[in-house]
Amino acid sequence: MDLMIESLPKLLNATKLTIELTLLSLFFGIFVGVFFAILRTSKNKFFYYIAYYYSYIFRGTPLLVQIFIIYFGLGQVEWIRESFLWIVLKEPYSCAILAFTLNTGAYSSEIFRSAFETINKGVLEAAEGLGLNKLHTFFKIKLPIAIKQSLPAYGNEMILMLKGTSLASTVTLLDLTGVAKYIISTTFRPVEVFIVAGSIYLIMTFIIHNFIKYLEKKFSYQQ
Amino acid sequence: MGLLAYGDTGWGDELFFATLMTIAVAAAAMFIGFFLAAIFATLKLSKFKVLNLIGSFYTTVFRGVPELLVIYLFFFGGSGAVMYVAKIFGYDGYIEINAFITGAVSIGVISGAYSTEVFRGAIQSINKGQFEASHVLGFKKKIYYYKIIIPQMLRLALPNISNVWQITLKDTSLISVTGLVEIMRMSYIAAGSTRDPLFFYSFAAVLYLFLTFLSMQLFNKLEKHYSKGY
Amino acid sequence: MSMFKKTILTIFASLLLTTNVLADKVKIGTEGAYPPWNAKDESGKLIGFEVELANWLCIYMEHDCTIVEQDWDGMIPALLMRKFDAIMAGMSITAERQKTITFSQGYADEVAQLAVMKGSDLEGMDTPSGINLSLGGSDVKSALATLTGALAGKSVCVQTATIHQNFLDSGDVGKINVRTYKTQDEVNLDLAAGRCDAALAAAVSFTDYAEKSGKPVVLVGPTFSGGAFGSGVGVGIRQASDSAIGTRDAQLLKDFNKAIDTARANGKISELAIKWFGFDASM
Repeated sequence: MDLMIESLPKLLNATKLTIELTLLSLFFGIFVGVFFAILRTSKNKFFYYIAYYYSYIFRGTPLLVQIFIIYFGLGQVEWIRESFLWIVLKEPYSCAILAFTLNTGAYSSEIFRSAFETINKGVLEAAEGLGLNKLHTFFKIKLPIAIKQSLPAYGNEMILMLKGTSLASTVTLLDLTGVAKYIISTTFRPVEVFIVAGSIYLIMTFIIHNFIKYLEKKFSYQQ
Repeated sequence: MGLLAYGDTGWGDELFFATLMTIAVAAAAMFIGFFLAAIFATLKLSKFKVLNLIGSFYTTVFRGVPELLVIYLFFFGGSGAVMYVAKIFGYDGYIEINAFITGAVSIGVISGAYSTEVFRGAIQSINKGQFEASHVLGFKKKIYYYKIIIPQMLRLALPNISNVWQITLKDTSLISVTGLVEIMRMSYIAAGSTRDPLFFYSFAAVLYLFLTFLSMQLFNKLEKHYSKGY
Repeated sequence: MSMFKKTILTIFASLLLTTNVLADKVKIGTEGAYPPWNAKDESGKLIGFEVELANWLCIYMEHDCTIVEQDWDGMIPALLMRKFDAIMAGMSITAERQKTITFSQGYADEVAQLAVMKGSDLEGMDTPSGINLSLGGSDVKSALATLTGALAGKSVCVQTATIHQNFLDSGDVGKINVRTYKTQDEVNLDLAAGRCDAALAAAVSFTDYAEKSGKPVVLVGPTFSGGAFGSGVGVGIRQASDSAIGTRDAQLLKDFNKAIDTARANGKISELAIKWFGFDASM
């Protein structure tokens, strides 16, 4: 019991890193996701296949492999160490965000793509009939509807990303999971540490879940 | 490419067996997961609120907490728990829990949480009429469960089971702490020995993609088979 | 319970329980990734100072031994889980570890030191050649002060769950960016890649790495011993208890201590130390 209280400050301190990694990766991931979703719906075969294979590779391989390739793999390549890429690839922090962003970007692109595709054709025709141009249609009609449609699935993705940041601990970063593991391996009391660290993750999951519910309500007024 | 040669000079054979191990652990985990899902889905569908809560607790915890943390729990605490239970039964001897079991159980518990939701959703979406019709036709409970409800449930659940399988397969990459030699661990060993992490981790990615591809083909075939007659 | 569930449970149960019939067989766990203490050759066979010493100790103890490989961060849990009966993995005897397991007497000394890549600004630090943290005193204090100044804000890489990590976390050298890795090999790789300003581990492991890889790794600063660095490397054994296993463990501890006495008296430890470390590191 006292271990749980003792370890709490260290774990909470590490939670800051976990939150940072999650938010930054999700933020950049949205841009990547929208970009590839648009490519996927494009008529151009080249763009379509780039998006298709990007999604296939990043969803078909474990996140651990992706982060190892970026951090350990690329880190051993001489010419990368001497190029400008090293600014990003030198630090485990940026390597982790890069890996997480690419990963969530792939899953997000699938979510956005399916949202774009299921937008009722009727709505689009109405927009055309009203004389709205392509850009107008995109921002005022397509995007809000797509956002509303994506919310449940994207909420799920946000939780998956939160769990994904635990892999930062495999490349030296001391996030919540990394510190939890350290405490477990020095005190040999895994159950207590699991309860505390696990609860912190569940609280964050709960917050994300309710945030999405709130957004769903907000966006449904637009209808 | 000589690095991948089969036999003593290359890592080809080690990686081949590691791939088989990955499949084996993932399959064992899925199996354990189904066993747990059968229990917890029943709990979640029960009339009693307390049972519902127990079921929800299981799915919430094991889908919400990172997999690494669950694996650490079972790896650092697993044998202690098993030996504690055994002591209650009076067994004080030597108990060995190997890496395979530890890995399969930890991933299995997580896989089970996802499968629970799949089973629950599938049963709930089976047309209520089916239950009523079976009742009216006088089928005994056991018979209608096995012959009517469960086949339909499987058909509905199949696409989602395919997703759970993909998740489980990828999660096996995380159990290297137990020492089990699956794809990730073998790549790690090879990368360390040859100082060529880029090659071996990239090859690991290729292996996983290959498994993903095979799995998709398999599940497509299964879905076609079970959709017959509808 | 259905036949199906019954069969599953039986398979499950039988996979879990394995009674150790051959009580005389002793399994020794080692990392296999910490040369020259323990490592693997090209064919994957375990080699190293401790592997050879273990075989000799077993001869003296008249036990039938097998040496088992185990990841460092799971070393103590694996011992507790009875995956093996003794640890010989360059593990230093520390008070922290003694809370969970017990150690034989030390058989070799492990001296730690900082390493950098040639050309680093940490070269040429003005410190004594070696400090013993257990002894304390003014020169230890001033050495630590010099180190704190030199390492301020720098990144130092260590293997996780080691005495080296404990030392860096202790605050004795102030606030530095500690990076932890699963194996010493990963530490060496990132040091060579320029991701770490310095690394801390057993001095011999750096000299071994420099030799094998040809990379310009240089040892800087004083050698460390004592304090957080523990009191030598010993055999890790489960603590004694009243159970059947516990009594066997207590006997194993006695056997190891006797064997180490023998090996020290007849010069075996010194011989192996000179062979693997280049100098007599025996205790």
